[in-house]
Amino acid sequence: MKKVWIPITYIIFIILIIIPLIRIFTGAMGDGWGGFVDALSRPEALHALMMTGLITIVVTLINTLFGVMLSLYLVRAEWLPSKLKQLLNSILDLPFAVSPIIGGLMIVLLLGPNTAIGSLLNDAGISIVYAFPGMVIATLFVTFPMMVREIMPVLQEIGSSQEEAASTLGAYSWYTFWKVTWPAIRWGVIYGVVLTVARCFGEFGAVLVVSGNIINKTQTATTLVYQDVENFNVTAANGVALVLAAFSVGLLLLMEWAKKRKEVH
Amino acid sequence: MNFKFRSRWWSFGFRSTVMLYFILLIVIPIIGIYTQSFSLGWTPFYESISDPLAWKAVLLTVKLAFIAAIINILIGTMIGWTLNRYKFAGRRLLNSLVDLPFALPTAVGGLMILLLLGPNSAVGSIAEKLGFEIVFHEPAIVVAMVFVTFPFVIRAVQPLLEELDKSEEEAAYTMGATKAKTFIQIIFPSILPGVLSGGMLAFSRALAEFGAVVLVAGNIPGKTLIASVYIYGEIESDNSQGAAAVSILLLTFSFLILWIVSRVQARRSSK
Amino acid sequence: MHIEVRNLNKQFGDFHAVRDVSFTIEKGHLIGLLGPSGGGKTSILRMLAGLETPTSGDIEFLGQRVNDLPPQERGIGFVFQNYALFKHMTVFDNIAFGLKIKKQSKEQIKKRVMELVELTGLLGFEHRYPHQLSGGQRQRVAFARALAPEPQLLLLDEPFAAIDAKIRTELRTWLKELIERVGITSIFVTHDQEEAIEVADEIMIINKGRLEQKGTPWDIYKSPETPFVAGFIGESTIIENIGAIRGFEEAAAWQGTKALIRPEYIEIGKPGEIGLASAAMEGRVKQLHFRGSEWMVEIEVGNAKLITYRSLEKEVLHPGDALSVLVHRAYLFNDNDSWIMENKLKEDPMPIFI
Repeated sequence: MKKVWIPITYIIFIILIIIPLIRIFTGAMGDGWGGFVDALSRPEALHALMMTGLITIVVTLINTLFGVMLSLYLVRAEWLPSKLKQLLNSILDLPFAVSPIIGGLMIVLLLGPNTAIGSLLNDAGISIVYAFPGMVIATLFVTFPMMVREIMPVLQEIGSSQEEAASTLGAYSWYTFWKVTWPAIRWGVIYGVVLTVARCFGEFGAVLVVSGNIINKTQTATTLVYQDVENFNVTAANGVALVLAAFSVGLLLLMEWAKKRKEVH
Repeated sequence: MNFKFRSRWWSFGFRSTVMLYFILLIVIPIIGIYTQSFSLGWTPFYESISDPLAWKAVLLTVKLAFIAAIINILIGTMIGWTLNRYKFAGRRLLNSLVDLPFALPTAVGGLMILLLLGPNSAVGSIAEKLGFEIVFHEPAIVVAMVFVTFPFVIRAVQPLLEELDKSEEEAAYTMGATKAKTFIQIIFPSILPGVLSGGMLAFSRALAEFGAVVLVAGNIPGKTLIASVYIYGEIESDNSQGAAAVSILLLTFSFLILWIVSRVQARRSSK
Repeated sequence: MHIEVRNLNKQFGDFHAVRDVSFTIEKGHLIGLLGPSGGGKTSILRMLAGLETPTSGDIEFLGQRVNDLPPQERGIGFVFQNYALFKHMTVFDNIAFGLKIKKQSKEQIKKRVMELVELTGLLGFEHRYPHQLSGGQRQRVAFARALAPEPQLLLLDEPFAAIDAKIRTELRTWLKELIERVGITSIFVTHDQEEAIEVADEIMIINKGRLEQKGTPWDIYKSPETPFVAGFIGESTIIENIGAIRGFEEAAAWQGTKALIRPEYIEIGKPGEIGLASAAMEGRVKQLHFRGSEWMVEIEVGNAKLITYRSLEKEVLHPGDALSVLVHRAYLFNDNDSWIMENKLKEDPMPIFI
């Protein structure tokens, strides 16, 4: 059987993963290196990549901070009744089950210009939907569980005895966290960061709805690809897509590396 | 004592902030969408979801997502098995490539499929000559869904295969069972929970998929318009109540699946 | 450190883990908390450490109530069951952890750590990580780490549970000596009576959350206060029908009274071998088991079964041999009371019987 399964596995990978990757590459280079550079050096492309980068940085920072704290609370906190912990724990996964489009819609419904909060903020001169803050919120919603799901198992596995040992030796929570807990969860956090980054710059549906896809203002790399395809400008789309794909492959390598480190530690 | 007092205020502040963040970001939006869809009462809700275009889109999505999940269960189980059981050149590389669809932006995934299967591509033109079309038709949507949900079953099956007690299998061989029989009677039952929960997750992700599908589906209302694209259209045409109504149909469905998966996993871990 | 605990209670939801436990511990003593697993020993220890909050009751260190003091401020050292060493720190850093918190100078820390490294016999291992050490070495590190900040009270939770049986005895002696040398008040939890008897100055027997008895190992062995203690410590056989045992006939008059008989309460010999023949009864060897340094003999007396040991120096018995059996004393108990009774016929031999 071995002789059959291995070739079939290879064939599936080649058709489903490898050929498409190559195709993006040849597509982007269809008009030669110059075409690729032209596609990327369009002002809207540069702006879109910058937006994607900004969102990724902001979201990753916030998500890491809150993800680490929430995991600590969900695993360790004694002030949360265990029933409530279970409930929060299952709610945590909901963003995985929600279509990104719906995720975006939720934010528009809550904070859009026609809502109470939205118009209030609008009067104050702050716009959320169709602007940067809305896009950040949408991406936060989508990436929320990733960090927590990476850290919680690590925390559960190491147990609380090292932290208790630190407290009997006189260490307070802040010191204990940095000296004892953090070194143990560090690689889990890094893995979570890589996953969050991947999801951030790849996010499309939620951002498309919330951003309004306004060129040179709220357009991100993925929504630019979408717009280029809709405008039958496939080579240009390929250029941006190639950058994104290359970044993904790079992240994938990083993920493999982080995974290995995580297993060692 | 002063220090203790200060740290108590700090931790109180941290706790409230994190919990508030959690509620504002996750709980409130989900409650919001449910209330919004009923904001104009029961009748408009009913009208929104009984619009033929709406329920056709939902049905189409469910059908295609189901097909994609089945395909993934078959090839996912096989690939998981091959990657875990056989040693061959390139195994590590393939194993890391499994996650690529998760790392790749879905819009890029959609674009890839468009390029490969589109009317101008080799595959597309051959298929056209043979008289069937791929892109802007149902097959392309299924391909996009399979691509996007490719890692789920593999990643759910692999840990179970690793945990599998090899001696159970060997015991079956010593009693004269054939390889095929051993697989069906010994191995498959123990990886079944993984196959099922992986398949369910793939199904729920396929239901929700937007980026990859919107580029290849053609989005012809009533024919290749899937639910999330329909919702997007409703949002674009400023019918947020209608969008919300279809959304909660899809959401409730996804939540149900997620709940079943967590039950299956809870049963597994309690064993 | 002088410790006083009054009416300590701990409930986890519906589960009453510790019930009304009160005791005092004198400075410098080494106390063993002994009892079956799940009996509440560890909960008591964790409450003393401040890792668990009592549901009710008071804990006093040196006459001061410490219930509201967090573990950081109690001045204790705690050795965890699985040692809870900091995995990513070397032996040196593990031991130095508590000293760094006290903001001692680098030289002071180095001096103290090296002192402890030497004391615990870990010299040469100070730059290793916990995963590079054997179980016994890890235990020593945990011990040194707990001692480093010079605590007033050392708490040890099943300190030897995770160690190979062979090294365990060796480590026990080492620990007892070390604690004596340091002179620190210590409490350790164990479910192994041999360990408790060997190591502790005083034993507290805990069962189902209650303190059954507190005393020196010898006191507890000699005069158990409750049937549980009598059954838990040492070997014993329970006899339901006391009337069948010669010299204890009158005890059968108390309804529901049972006897607990330890192997060393019993003297056996070939018929005629025992001096106090009047107090002895007839029995038969049922089984013989070789126990390395002696024989374990299963005896049948009527339909009761007893166990005792016999020296290898004496004549070898065989299954089925007739025996003369003398029960010197028995621990009697019923639902209300328990007491030790000596063989009546032994005390008051009546010549008529000869």
